[in-house]
Amino acid sequence: MTTYRAEHAIKDQRNERHLFERRARTAFVIIVVCMLALLGRYVWLQVFSHESFVTRSENNRVSIRPVAPNRGLIYDRRGRVIAENRPAYRLEILPEKAGDITALLDELSELIELSEDDRKSFGKSRRRYRVFDSVPVKFNLSEQEVARFAVNRHRFDGADVVPYLSRYYPYGALLTHVVGYVGRLDDADIAHVDASNYWGTRMIGKVGIEQFQETELHGTSGFERVETNVSGRVLHVLERQDAIPGTDLILSIDVAVQQAAWDALGDRTGAVVAIDPHDGSVIALVSKPAYDPNMFVHGISRQAYNEILNTAARPLFNRALRGGYQPGSTIKPFIALAGLELGVVTAQTRVFSNGTFYIEGYSRPYRDWRDTGHGWVTIRSALEQSVNTYFYQLAVDLGIDRMHDYLTQFGFGLVTGIDVPGEGKGLLPSREWKRMAHAQPWYPGETVIAGIGQGFNLVTPLQLANAVATLVNGGNRYEPRLLYATKQAGDERAQRNIVPLALQVPKKNRRNWQVVIEGMDRVVNGPLGTARAIAVDSRYRVGGKTGTAQVYQLDANEEYKASEVAEHLRDHALFIAFAPVESPRIAIAVIVEHGGSGARVAAPIAQATLEAWLDQEVDLHIGQQIELEPGP
Amino acid sequence: MKRLLPAWLGLPRLDPVMLALLMLITSFGLLVLYSASGQDMAMVYRQAVRLGVGLLAMLVISQVPPRILRIWTPWLYGIGLILLLATWVLGVGRGSQRWLDLGLIRFQPSELMKLAVPMMVAWYLHPRILPPAWKAVVFTLAILLIPTVLIARQPDLGTALLVAASGMFTLYLAGLRWRILLGFAGVATAVAPVLWLMMREYQRDRVRTFLNPEADPLGDGWNIIQSKIAVGSGGLTGKGWLNGTQSHLEFIPERHTDFILAVLSEEFGLLGVTLLMLVYMLLVARGLHIARVARDTGSRLLAGSLSLTLFVYVLVNGGMVSGVLPVVGVPLPLISYGGTSVVTLLAGFGIMMSIYSHRTFIK
Repeated sequence: MTTYRAEHAIKDQRNERHLFERRARTAFVIIVVCMLALLGRYVWLQVFSHESFVTRSENNRVSIRPVAPNRGLIYDRRGRVIAENRPAYRLEILPEKAGDITALLDELSELIELSEDDRKSFGKSRRRYRVFDSVPVKFNLSEQEVARFAVNRHRFDGADVVPYLSRYYPYGALLTHVVGYVGRLDDADIAHVDASNYWGTRMIGKVGIEQFQETELHGTSGFERVETNVSGRVLHVLERQDAIPGTDLILSIDVAVQQAAWDALGDRTGAVVAIDPHDGSVIALVSKPAYDPNMFVHGISRQAYNEILNTAARPLFNRALRGGYQPGSTIKPFIALAGLELGVVTAQTRVFSNGTFYIEGYSRPYRDWRDTGHGWVTIRSALEQSVNTYFYQLAVDLGIDRMHDYLTQFGFGLVTGIDVPGEGKGLLPSREWKRMAHAQPWYPGETVIAGIGQGFNLVTPLQLANAVATLVNGGNRYEPRLLYATKQAGDERAQRNIVPLALQVPKKNRRNWQVVIEGMDRVVNGPLGTARAIAVDSRYRVGGKTGTAQVYQLDANEEYKASEVAEHLRDHALFIAFAPVESPRIAIAVIVEHGGSGARVAAPIAQATLEAWLDQEVDLHIGQQIELEPGP
Repeated sequence: MKRLLPAWLGLPRLDPVMLALLMLITSFGLLVLYSASGQDMAMVYRQAVRLGVGLLAMLVISQVPPRILRIWTPWLYGIGLILLLATWVLGVGRGSQRWLDLGLIRFQPSELMKLAVPMMVAWYLHPRILPPAWKAVVFTLAILLIPTVLIARQPDLGTALLVAASGMFTLYLAGLRWRILLGFAGVATAVAPVLWLMMREYQRDRVRTFLNPEADPLGDGWNIIQSKIAVGSGGLTGKGWLNGTQSHLEFIPERHTDFILAVLSEEFGLLGVTLLMLVYMLLVARGLHIARVARDTGSRLLAGSLSLTLFVYVLVNGGMVSGVLPVVGVPLPLISYGGTSVVTLLAGFGIMMSIYSHRTFIK
């Protein structure tokens, strides 16, 4: 304290105050200058740059969100819903707002079960979306998951559970090979869709009608301007342009007929195709085995997919469209018509069958299915009893190229042009084909067996059914159609879809066609008909033709005994049919893999199918109102 | 001012002008806070309670004569240093150890040093001959650098700079020669690269972000950009109270604390900012006036230094929100949400009021 006083004594108070005053004044001037500079900054921001910042603040506040259109529903031809939209919830993440995505997913997985697959596909799809788009993580959340998230929502910035409409196929596997399914939009899809119309869409048709009619079904995307907060939560909708829902499709498939064919096939592997010969519309298209398309809608797990993929019977394979089978004897009616129309034979031409046929100058025997032969046959009885010798001779007389050219008119060896993707085109051999494909000359023996639908011949069940339809409707070969009618959003009535005519097969003589049909009638209704067994309890007069396709190549002198051959080497059983004979309303092709006998195995399936169709009222016709089931 | 009654019986010793300015700012602050908090009345209530505590502290301190305050000064400074050291060991906080958890309240010792350092420097210079001699300058520097380093280590760069500034202002007002001051500035510039090396990564990021916020518009620069958008979109008259979209949609970071000025600018526009700045300027001017009329060296230096520091607060926060200064975590005095800063600020005003109201009784 003493030093304090001592120093205090010599302080010059006046001088100090002056010094302070000068310093304070200088400081205040500096302060004022600084403050003016600061205010200048605010003037710059708030006055001169105001416009640009208003825009940016508005961009912050308002975002434009897509409104995905509701996908069109799919009905069968009698108005049953076969693909519908059900309300569901999906989990989405807005990466821009989410921060640490991995941590967020970890936390979310406490509430919502997230599999490794979910995470992977999220990672994949994330790359595709823009940073400010929300990316779906998991579809079809359970009610508990939705509730759990709702309670904890405040914890998850950038994550949200949003309602959407999920595709559902009430008939499951029954219609899979017709309707196909939708799945998550992926990179490959993005490449060939109009991105602006798909910005809100998460699902796209992957297979079947869903894929083929994607444009119709999808509809037109709308948008809404919404006010969002910093975490991307929508607070208000400021403006909304509704999406235009996709077109509802009415397929020509009749679920009842499809079901009958499905049931009749049972556990066997095979295909049934039924076509209305009046208009080329497809009534049933069954391929077995099949799988449940609903598994694919929300992304199938790798394990489940591998299971389907590795099943020996290949359920993913659409046999009705793509399966290439030897037509066997089902080709005979067409060969017969070729013979008649090209004037090679007449209805009265007689051939003697003694069980074995030889080409002049060759020693190789070609057999009838009955060792002792069938005796003298004409074209009708040759069809009735499926007499190979008649057709061996006819094939030799026609020659492979005339056969090829004539059968081409019925669509063999060509795609039918059906309105689903991926059909096969079979194979109708010719001299030129063999030279191109195998660089080999054509051998006479190959012509002989082509006459009974063996050798190189391959047909798809769809081709075969369409050829039958063409045969029984007098030569109108349609491009078969699954799409029966369409109903656009807001329309009262459905519009019939026109089935295009692929070719009008020229007719030399109407009688020739009648002869073939009579022959096919006798297959079922003749005393010696190969399929006469089904006539016993049939309510309709059915025409048809049995067939077997060899799987196992026998030596020329070996005999085929079904009981001695392993199941997977057993012949495929085929049957083609139409009914009623006098005015056919349905044309059918049935193929049962390794079924053995066309008559015993395939014919009853055809019968069950056509009865399911014919038992119903006469089909609807153009302009007639289809009563559609109300949507869900 | 002649007093008719003994001090302990009469009206409390206050500066009515300063009190009026403070009430103006704090009530405006609560209004802005209500909006910035997303109309959270509980938050406004908590802040009002803190303001009440601060005003009480101000009231109490203003009754104590500067002479007595000066006696307390070394103790306050010493306790402050000890607490700062304690944060080293016991500190809590996100990414830095700034807080001491005292059970009932959480407390930032560095805030205390904002008062204690200028008080200590003033205490030290009070009996000396001014302008200070070399020895005095070195001692003063020691007084302010020890806490500055401790605070910078926490790390809390903003507070460290403010504490250092408050000490330097005292030296400046004490009449330290310009060339020495310029010399310090020169040394500081030379030391800057060394400082850069000593900085934590997040502090470097802040500086980088400040230098070019648009480089990483979704990361660190985002805060500055959003704040500028809020200010800019406010325009001349603002979007109106409770209508600021940037703040209500949560685009402004720390919108009720360090960036509350952005909310204010968005809702009240240039007009609101200018008026607020005017009030701050009046407060600073009033503080300098009090210093000018103070009767002794220590009081003069202290009041002057506190006023200048208040201005630095405002300038740094205003610059930070408008994107001309780096984000250093300096609150807007008396308006930003937060307890310690409000209480120390108001205690500082209490000291100034004490200096003002006791000036006639000195000697």
